Amino acid sequence: MSVGVRSKSPTERILAVEALIVFAFLYAPILVLVAFSFNENDNVGIWTRPSFKWYGEMFQNDAVMGALRNSLIVAAISTVVATVLGTATAVALERHRFVGKRTFDGLTYLPVIIPDVTMAVMMLLFFAAAFRMINGLGIFHFQFGLGTISLSHIAFSISFVAIVVRARLGQLDPSLEEAAADLYASRWMAFRKVTLPLIAPAVVGGALLALTVSLDDVVVTSFVAGPGATTLPVYVFGLVRRGVTPLINAVSVLMLGASMVLVLVSLVFQRDRGARTRSDAGGA
Amino acid sequence: MTTDLRPPESDPEITAVTPELERDAEKADARRGLLIAAPAALFLILFFAVPLVIVFVYSFATRSSTGLTLLEGWNLESYRRLFDPLVGEIALRSVMLALATTVICLVLSYPLAYYMATRSATVRNIMLVLVMIPFWSNFLVRTYAWRVLLGTEGPLSQLSQALGGEPIRVLFTNTAVLIGLVYGFLPFMVLPLYAALERMDWSLVEAGRDLYATGWTAFRKITFPLSLPGVIAGSILVFIPTLGAYVTPAILGGAKTTLLGDYIVSQFLAARNQPFGSALSFAVLAVMLVATIVYFRTGAKNL
Amino acid sequence: MIKKALVLVAALAVLAAACGGGDGDTVAAGDCAVDQVDGDLNFYNWSEYMDPDLITAFEEQYGVSVTESFYESNEAMLSQIQGGVSYDLIVPSDYMVNIMIQEGLLVEFNKDAIPNFANMDPQFTSQPYDDGAKFSAAYQYGTTGLGVNTALVGEDYPNSWALIFDPELTANFAGGVSVLNDPRETMGAALEYLGYSLNDTNIDHLDEATALIQAAKANIATFDSDQYDESLATGEVAVAHGYSGNMIVSMGDADNPEDFVYVLPEEGATLWIDNMAIPTNASSVCTAHTFINFLLDAENGAALTNWNYYGSPNAASVPYLDQDVIDFYADTSSAKLEVIKDQGDYEINYTDKFAEAKS
Repeated sequence: MSVGVRSKSPTERILAVEALIVFAFLYAPILVLVAFSFNENDNVGIWTRPSFKWYGEMFQNDAVMGALRNSLIVAAISTVVATVLGTATAVALERHRFVGKRTFDGLTYLPVIIPDVTMAVMMLLFFAAAFRMINGLGIFHFQFGLGTISLSHIAFSISFVAIVVRARLGQLDPSLEEAAADLYASRWMAFRKVTLPLIAPAVVGGALLALTVSLDDVVVTSFVAGPGATTLPVYVFGLVRRGVTPLINAVSVLMLGASMVLVLVSLVFQRDRGARTRSDAGGA
Repeated sequence: MTTDLRPPESDPEITAVTPELERDAEKADARRGLLIAAPAALFLILFFAVPLVIVFVYSFATRSSTGLTLLEGWNLESYRRLFDPLVGEIALRSVMLALATTVICLVLSYPLAYYMATRSATVRNIMLVLVMIPFWSNFLVRTYAWRVLLGTEGPLSQLSQALGGEPIRVLFTNTAVLIGLVYGFLPFMVLPLYAALERMDWSLVEAGRDLYATGWTAFRKITFPLSLPGVIAGSILVFIPTLGAYVTPAILGGAKTTLLGDYIVSQFLAARNQPFGSALSFAVLAVMLVATIVYFRTGAKNL
Repeated sequence: MIKKALVLVAALAVLAAACGGGDGDTVAAGDCAVDQVDGDLNFYNWSEYMDPDLITAFEEQYGVSVTESFYESNEAMLSQIQGGVSYDLIVPSDYMVNIMIQEGLLVEFNKDAIPNFANMDPQFTSQPYDDGAKFSAAYQYGTTGLGVNTALVGEDYPNSWALIFDPELTANFAGGVSVLNDPRETMGAALEYLGYSLNDTNIDHLDEATALIQAAKANIATFDSDQYDESLATGEVAVAHGYSGNMIVSMGDADNPEDFVYVLPEEGATLWIDNMAIPTNASSVCTAHTFINFLLDAENGAALTNWNYYGSPNAASVPYLDQDVIDFYADTSSAKLEVIKDQGDYEINYTDKFAEAKS
């Protein structure tokens, strides 16, 4: 999109300044957080001396490391399962017609608009009732823990993946898949060799979204977690309610750094993939 | 398994495309669709639809004197209680806060999105990444950052004291919650706005300018209406989560003014009134559902 | 087909919700021997109530690991237990023990596995909420009162709940006041200020208390059950409503300890006893018994009290206690103190009205 030559009109200048202000607003708190994580003082807001001591403490802290481990496990499980199921959902909804499609379509939108307190409440009641029923049989003894957290995360992540992948599928030229069929490829072969590479950036984007949503989640997790099954955001949330120390800053910087790395990696991945598929598909 | 590119043996029966053939093909397609959708559908039914039904069922149950939910004596008591003045007060406060957040986000985001959309491709992409980074980073951490900033002994307070003013006492007030919410949801407004503006056909604006429209008129009559789907999408993406917000008020709000999110959660913790809490959750969900349907009806196709 | 599946599963959901079923496991506390452990300990407690050194000592002595989780009110803890979350050891207050016994939520102790019960001061084993201490073992006791920063409030302050509830008075305090986020405690304090009993069951009186709190809210900085002591000690608030032990410790650690005073209002204050108890869905019942026994040891009990500065129910610990603690709790016996009692069906009103007061 070209707008031709633009003079530095007053409007332009105002817009530029506004953009700068908003960026400052977006990044200032993050920078402050990072800065104070290197603060020696116990008190979070008062700067005394630079120090790495909170980072050292963080890595020694069993509770923090345990919560981090749990977060990663849950995020890994829920991302993988949600991506697979979400992609399948997108393909089914976008490329096929079947009985109950409308209802299924509607069902996949609900997790996106549902408020997370409602979701948390739902899952708590569901698991509590399910456990009462199953544990009463005496064979199994299920408990709230990483399993219930993962299942809940998958439940709301599937939709996010489905929406992203579906948008991309909608943009694709269906004649590509028809061409594959003309060349006597089976449905599965057509999917693997034609569709999947073309939607790969969207699948990765959806997976990234599922990962972010899982790592971000506080309310749902805190309702369905059991003792000892805390995830990092829930743990930090608890700490913040009880008393803030720069330890939380150090943990936060860790979480921030990780997500930024993830974003950059995925962007690089998408740009690579994007370039390849464009040339593969001959400029489709 | 290699792909066999040789055409199958000619068979006169399969070369004619008859209505029966079409029907069979459709049925096969439907079966395949069902098969592909089945695992996801079953998962969502079991771990989403069923819990939702349970909440709905519980909202008609009764509460024992110690807070257990008794599945008997089905009643509408919880729903009747939704009309209590207290609930109305909390709901109104939450709606006002959500509206304020949405409006402020819109006002802040539109110029930014406009600016971004009118830059060159490279600059656009860089700015887009810069906006996305906070979006992808942890929501809790970003909200906590404001807790640090707004503390009475915090950096902003020290700054204002250095400038000769008073220490700021913003933390644990509604203002702090508003700031935190705007901050948390700003990218949700910027991205759809940017997407809408970027897709726009700017030659229409040029045409308007050619017809002697001033910059402002061109904006008012051409750009803004064309960007409206983005405005609506962004507004919904901000309003809905903000209405049921729990984490931000909990961290920045200090338990002094109750909002919907906290009120619902407290029904499941301290108050142990699951029927009422379920009714509340369901009511909030219903409101959001209506809002979303309205949005879809106004012609927008996807979020 | 999807629609049919939905209907079928909806029916299943109602069935699942309806199948309350039995209480699951009935635990054989009777099998526990002294010092026996049967797994790691999930310990659910109030925050800043347990000395971490004692936890480590227990872990080392018995070779198990202890996971601590925290709650901020009895009601929040009860909802977790009712919700089916499994903990091995909880610390309910007096009236909550009563509620939980009635609901059948607690395991009856196997006293053979807890020989140190003999160390307990007899008045704590004959409390009305659990006569004979069959389901609960006293953990610590204390009072709930007000921590006052005389540097911010002045030397001439009233010995009254007005320090947090009188908006004209509190308007002069820099930073405002902090009030407990606990329905029984805060509503109780308001009722006492109005001249009623902490356990009053007249809904009109409760409405008065609600109005009182709402009028006082302008100067209430926060409703907080966890950090009130730090907020007071750092000067962030001028007066803090909170529990005696935490208050004393933080006031002592402050930069200017001589400015702080712990006040028991003359209208009345709460005397409470917290107790260790084992929920029926605990998975490590024997470890829980052993932990109780461990804490009832004379020296361990003293270590706990010397750490959190609350009253010790352990008669055998007295020789090992710091003199300050002994002196402090000797003083408090002269004030007008009430114990919170469970009020059955009326109980929910405290929580509901508290929510109304806060909103």
